[in-house]
Amino acid sequence: MKTIRAARTSGHLRERVMRLVFLIAACVSILCVALICFYLFLNGIPAIAEIGPFNFLLGTKWAPSNDKFGIFPMILGSIYVTAGAILVGVPLGLLTAIFLARFCPKRLYRFLKPAVDLLAGIPSIVYGFFGLMVVVPVMQTLCGGSGKSILTASVLLGLMILPTIIGVSETAIRAVPDSYYEGALALGASHERSVFFVTVPAAKSGILAGVVLGVGRAIGETMAVIMIAGNQPRIPSSILEGVRTLTGNIVMEMGYATGLHREALIATGVVLFVFILLINLLFSILKRRENNG
Amino acid sequence: MTDMEALKITPINKVTPQQALRRYRNSPLSLILRLLVTLSAILTVAVLLFLIAYIVVMGVPNLKPSLFSLEYNSENASLFPALINTVLMTLLSLIVAVPIGIFSAIYLVEYARRGNRLVKVVRVTAETLSGIPSIVYGLFGFLFFGVSFGWGYSMLGGALTMAIMILPLIMRTTEEALMSVPDSFREGSFGLGAGKLRTVFQIILPSAMPGILSGVILGIGRIVGETAALMFTSGTVAKVALNPMSSGRTLAVHMYNLLNEGLAREAAYATAVVLLLLVVAINALSSFVAKKFSKI
Repeated sequence: MKTIRAARTSGHLRERVMRLVFLIAACVSILCVALICFYLFLNGIPAIAEIGPFNFLLGTKWAPSNDKFGIFPMILGSIYVTAGAILVGVPLGLLTAIFLARFCPKRLYRFLKPAVDLLAGIPSIVYGFFGLMVVVPVMQTLCGGSGKSILTASVLLGLMILPTIIGVSETAIRAVPDSYYEGALALGASHERSVFFVTVPAAKSGILAGVVLGVGRAIGETMAVIMIAGNQPRIPSSILEGVRTLTGNIVMEMGYATGLHREALIATGVVLFVFILLINLLFSILKRRENNG
Repeated sequence: MTDMEALKITPINKVTPQQALRRYRNSPLSLILRLLVTLSAILTVAVLLFLIAYIVVMGVPNLKPSLFSLEYNSENASLFPALINTVLMTLLSLIVAVPIGIFSAIYLVEYARRGNRLVKVVRVTAETLSGIPSIVYGLFGFLFFGVSFGWGYSMLGGALTMAIMILPLIMRTTEEALMSVPDSFREGSFGLGAGKLRTVFQIILPSAMPGILSGVILGIGRIVGETAALMFTSGTVAKVALNPMSSGRTLAVHMYNLLNEGLAREAAYATAVVLLLLVVAINALSSFVAKKFSKI
C-alpha cells in the first residue's frame, strides 16, 4: 500500500515537474524576443542620442572617419530596393500562385510545389553569388556602368521573395470558398474570368499579407544584396546607380568598427529592427482580418 | 459506322480543344490571362532550373580532391574545415533548439487551456522571431554572447544564436504535427490508465514524429545556409573548431569570405555547388520524411 502511494506521489511529482519544464520552454521564445529588443535598444539608443536623432535618421552624409553618421541614404536605399523587389516579385509571384492554385494539372503540381519550396531553401549567399556572376554581367551589357545597381538588386530580391509570395498567396486563394467560383461560372464567366475577377479579389487580404511578408524578407535580406547593390553610401539619382541598404551598412563595416562608429552601426540595426516590427504588426493585422472576413 | 460514332461519346464536362478555341475567340481576355499565368509559372521554374544548372555546371569541374584536405591555407582554399564546422554548428544548435522547441509546442498544444493568455503571447513572439532578419540576429548574438558574456567569436555563441533563429520553425512544425494527432489516441491512452506525461511521450510524440522530424530537417537547412547571423558570432577562422569556445567559419561564411577576398574564384564555385547540393538534399529529405511516414 505504502509503495503504491509513494509511486503515485512520485508520479504526480514527475507530472508537475515536467509540466513546469514545458511551461518554461514555452516562455523561452518570449524571453528571446525580450532579450533581443533589450540588447539592441540598450546598445543602439545611446548612439542615436549622441549623434542626435535628427542628424542620424535624416543626415545624408555617412563618413565615420569624420564623425558623420547620417543613415538617410541607407534608409532610402532599403526602401528603393524593397520597392523594386515588390515590383518584380509580386506580379510574377501572384500569377504563379494563381497558376498553382487554379490552373495547374495535379501531375504537374507534384513537381512545381517542391520546386517553389526549393527556391525558398536556397541560401541567400548562393543567390548573391548567382547575382554577382550572372545578373550583374547581364545588367552591365544591357544598361552599362558597373552593373551593380538598384535595378540589379531589385531583380534578384524579386526572385528571392517569390517563394514567400507564392506560398502565402496560394494558401489564400485556396481558402476562398468554391461557391464563389461556381457562382461566377454559373453566371456565364469563363474559368479565367471567374478566377481573376471573383476568386482572387476575395483572397486579397491574404495576398496582401503575403506581400507584406515579402517586404519584410526583402528589407532584411543581407548577403545577396551587399554583393550586387554596389554599397555606395549616398543618395542615388537613378535606378542604375549603386546603393547601400541598412543591412549592407552593418555587414560592410561591423568587422572593423569601434567606439561610436560601432554603436552607430548597432543603431542602424535598431532602425532596421523597428522597420521589421512595424511590418510584422501590419502582417498580423492583415492575417487577423483574413481569418475574420 | 454509325454505331461506332455513337459509341464515341464525348463527356460534357470535358472541353475539347475546338471548344476551347471558340471560347477564347469570344473572350480574348481569358486567353491573355491564361497565357499570363502559364508564362509566370514557366518563368519561375526556369529561374530555379537555370540557377541550379549554372551553379552545378560551373561548380562541379572545380571540385578537386585538394578542396577536401584538412588544412586551409592561402594556396589551397580547402572547404573541408568549414564543412566540419557546419556539421558541428548544426549539432550544437539542434541540441539547444530541438528540446526547447518540442517542449514548448507540447505545452502549447497539450497542456495550455483554450484561450490561455500565455499561448497568445508565445504565438506572437514566435511569429516575431521568425520575421527578424538574420543580420539582426547576428548583431544580437554579437552583443549578447560576444560582448556581454565575453565569449568573443565562438562556435557556441553562433550556435546559440542559430538556435534562437530556428526555434520558431521547430515550434511551429511540432505544433502542427501534435495537432494532427487524433484525439482518440489521447482518449485511448487515458482510458488505459496512462498519465498525461506517459501519453505525451509514448503515444503522441511517436505518432507526431514525422512532422517534427521534417521541421528539424528544415531547421538544419537554415543553419547550413546561414551567413549574416554567423559572421559576427562564430567568426571567420578557417580551422576546424573542436573547442566550442573557439571561432570557426561554416560553409556559407566560408563562401562569403572567398567571394569577398576575391582570390579563389574556383574554390568559391566549388563551395557554391557543395552548399547548394547540401541544401537541396536536406529539403528533399525533409519532404520525403514528411510524406513517407504520414501515410502510416
